[in-house]
Amino acid sequence: MNEDGFASGCDVAVVGGGIVGSAIAYGLASRGLKVTVLDEGDRALRAARTNFGLVWVQSKGDGMPAYMRWTRRSADLWPAFAAELESLTGVGTEYRKDGGLVYCLGEADLAAQGRKIAGLAAQADVFDSEMVDRAALERLQPDARFGPDVAGASYCPHDGHCNPLYLLRALHAGLALRGARYRPAAPVSSIERREGRFVLATAQGPLEAGRIVLAAGHGIPRLAEMVGLPAPIKAERGQILVTERLQPFLRLPGSGIRQTGDGTVVIGSSKEKTGFDDRTSVAVGGRMAARAIRILPALASAKLNRTWGGIRVLTPDNHPVYAQSATHPGAFVAICHSGVTLAAVHASEFAAAVAAGSLGESFEPFHARRFDVPKAA
Amino acid sequence: MFRKPPDRPDAIEVVVEGVSLRVPPGTTAAAAALLAGLPSTRTSPVTGEPRAPYCLMGVCFECLLVIDGVPSRQGCLVTVRPGMTIRRQEGARSL
Repeated sequence: MNEDGFASGCDVAVVGGGIVGSAIAYGLASRGLKVTVLDEGDRALRAARTNFGLVWVQSKGDGMPAYMRWTRRSADLWPAFAAELESLTGVGTEYRKDGGLVYCLGEADLAAQGRKIAGLAAQADVFDSEMVDRAALERLQPDARFGPDVAGASYCPHDGHCNPLYLLRALHAGLALRGARYRPAAPVSSIERREGRFVLATAQGPLEAGRIVLAAGHGIPRLAEMVGLPAPIKAERGQILVTERLQPFLRLPGSGIRQTGDGTVVIGSSKEKTGFDDRTSVAVGGRMAARAIRILPALASAKLNRTWGGIRVLTPDNHPVYAQSATHPGAFVAICHSGVTLAAVHASEFAAAVAAGSLGESFEPFHARRFDVPKAA
Repeated sequence: MFRKPPDRPDAIEVVVEGVSLRVPPGTTAAAAALLAGLPSTRTSPVTGEPRAPYCLMGVCFECLLVIDGVPSRQGCLVTVRPGMTIRRQEGARSL
């Protein structure tokens, strides 16, 4: 391993080679830093390979305006980010920014979504979604025939979607082209601070790094406590169904139904507390399919090709955590479930902060101390 | 390419791309399409290239056909019935 300099160290070691870690590492490498990405193997829990592929703005940040602005900034940066990745690597991400929909079944559902939208709008001026009635919805999705229960939707023009597998492939190709090293099958067992640098024990030997970024999803907690970082993470299973390829009929992605660039329709997104069990169940898949058919009855005749489960990386309030260690300067952590949506800001602003050595004030709202119980009432 | 078995009294008549064809009972729709001499039975929705039945045992999905008006059926897993209509599948189906 010495021939390619594995043991000779790097400026930043990024632990985690999914979409979050790869986007951060890509941003660091693009800033000229010597970066090594340490990843697990094929059997790792990997939300980057199981997620739905939305670049999603409209429902994010309830209770945390900073997260709402962070998400919007990423969506604003996404077109240039996707274009840069494609021109650099030749790998297109199928990113489209046509807006996105949350379908409402029945008038009560429509009213409830309207109240939710109004509540979000009151929290930050950056919020930009609106309710659309059925007629307006039909104009937005002219090739779709909606079921009788569809009363309308909420619509956000900043929403979009991509192919998350191509995104991951593009990021990895970009990492290589920007001079970063990627190490699969190199899980980290321990991290020590030695003479102002970090020494990471990996399955492929030790790696020395000036700074470290923990971005390994559910792999974070074990490592975080070694370097004085918080890791409030909970697991949540989501299941996804995917149909055969169909002629294009859904121009806009929806919160639980989108048609991909190659014509398949992806149906999600359930929420279950099953620990790290990422299997699927007919009961949940059946409910997802039934709801999709209420929205788009023609889907009843579409054939399902595949179904899978994935484990979301969530914090207690579902908003991201970004933090730097007080006891181990140079150690950073990034925990979020919106790796696709936030890829553009992870590669730009988060990477810039790590490169500068400090997260700074703008990241304060994202610190995990928001979960600390107040000492005095 | 394929030699048609001798006709028999219990043969079943199907319609492949509008042409009537008598096949032995137990024949699959994919085999009927091959016996009919179709140069290909579908085009790939990804590349548009012509495809034809391949594994004939339900694994490869190359034999997708429109059978009795229902698209995306695996022809090798469907046994013929009298009067069955079998058509090629062009690209991705529409809903």
